[in-house]
Amino acid sequence: MVDLVKEKFSEGDSFIHKLDPRVKIIVALLFSIIVAVTDEYPSLLGALLFAIGGVIIARLRAKEVISRLLVVNSFIFLLWLMLPFTFSGEKIYTLGSLSVSREGIKYAFLITVKSNSIILTGIALLATSSIFNLVHALRHLYLPDKLIQLFFFTYRYIHTIYSEYVKLNNAMKIRGFKPQTNLHTYKTYAYLFGMMLVRSYDRSKRVYNAMLCRGFKGKFWTLNHFYLKKSDLLAGIAMISYIIGLVLLP
Amino acid sequence: MKEKEKEPIIKFIDLSFAYPSRDYIFHQFNFNFFRGEKIGLVGPNGSGKTTFFHLIMGLLRSIEGEIEIFGKERKAENDFTEVRERIGLLFQDPDDQLFSPTVAEDIAFGPLNLRKNQQEIKKILKDTLETLGLVGFENRITYNLSYGEKRLVSLATVWAMQPEVLLLDEPAIWLDEETIEKIVQILNSKPDLSYIIISHDKKFLKKTTNYIYKMNNGKIEKI
Repeated sequence: MVDLVKEKFSEGDSFIHKLDPRVKIIVALLFSIIVAVTDEYPSLLGALLFAIGGVIIARLRAKEVISRLLVVNSFIFLLWLMLPFTFSGEKIYTLGSLSVSREGIKYAFLITVKSNSIILTGIALLATSSIFNLVHALRHLYLPDKLIQLFFFTYRYIHTIYSEYVKLNNAMKIRGFKPQTNLHTYKTYAYLFGMMLVRSYDRSKRVYNAMLCRGFKGKFWTLNHFYLKKSDLLAGIAMISYIIGLVLLP
Repeated sequence: MKEKEKEPIIKFIDLSFAYPSRDYIFHQFNFNFFRGEKIGLVGPNGSGKTTFFHLIMGLLRSIEGEIEIFGKERKAENDFTEVRERIGLLFQDPDDQLFSPTVAEDIAFGPLNLRKNQQEIKKILKDTLETLGLVGFENRITYNLSYGEKRLVSLATVWAMQPEVLLLDEPAIWLDEETIEKIVQILNSKPDLSYIIISHDKKFLKKTTNYIYKMNNGKIEKI
């Protein structure tokens, strides 16, 4: 939770960090779509190389990147437990009443490669910009204002809601609350989350009021503007050509 | 100025207000506030001090009666747009007021809404930071500030709109003496500013206001 707020990867001065966030968003989006719909091994290998290359050029700390990947892959691990046994197809191994299908393994493998490529590209391209720059970039890309606000406020108030959670949790602890498996514990946690929901709602109303009092009329104006440099344009064209190359490769 | 000098800039006429399914907080309430006045507002918890501010800003609407601000009756949401551009309200909780990631961006939010151009905003930003002693805070992340810093930055965000009237809701609460002294100096640095301050800190009010009103049971009187 705290990692998310700190925007660890956004601090840095590599070439990718300095790239115009609009270019990064477009490339990341295009990349994700292409990777998601492709089933060709050569294209996916190229995509994985692109993702790893991105992380290397961004000079991110390997340890932190891996710890993010572990989170994603723990979900994918569950798929490996399920897919090979449940997917119908050519049986290659039988384990009691269970049989492993070739198609199931292929499918699980594709999902693993695809999701890791997309996550790595996301880290290399998106996490290397601060949230505020991304929000500005989305606005410059003509995304609806309402969506942008939703995205931004979710981010901004995660921190406040989290500290409210910590406060409530401490209030429980100092009165001797220890979580156990009983009704009292479940009830207390239900109250805790209910309280957080109510408080977040109240907070959102107060924030909105404070914004109205400062002349907010539904539109965000930007203080810092972006200028598309030649290097941004060239890097964008190079990356997009690579992605198109992936499609043409097979 | 459009309105006459002698006319009050904020005028409550026989105003009544109650929160849903509760007793009246204000019942046929009358109040006049004139340009140049600096007043303190005291009263027990729940006596309607914050409600009073929110009625002025149009965040709450009266049940009966009238509110006149800057010589015009204010009723619908649109009427309050002008009010919000000319009167600045400082909220009790700075986390409600500060929502932009950086201090500079939060201070610029109001002036940007007023459609000032980049040059003007740069100047406002510089002046505000200087007046409030926040030079060097431009790129600090708002939620990483200390509580006292958050309060000063909140004040800066309201100050940057160059309001004619300030409504300050407990500006001195939970602050150390040094920060309170800073706020006193900021307020006294602009002699022709009008403001109303809600506070329980008598010493603070004495240094910043000309007289004090007490609010109790929906009534307001000078003390």
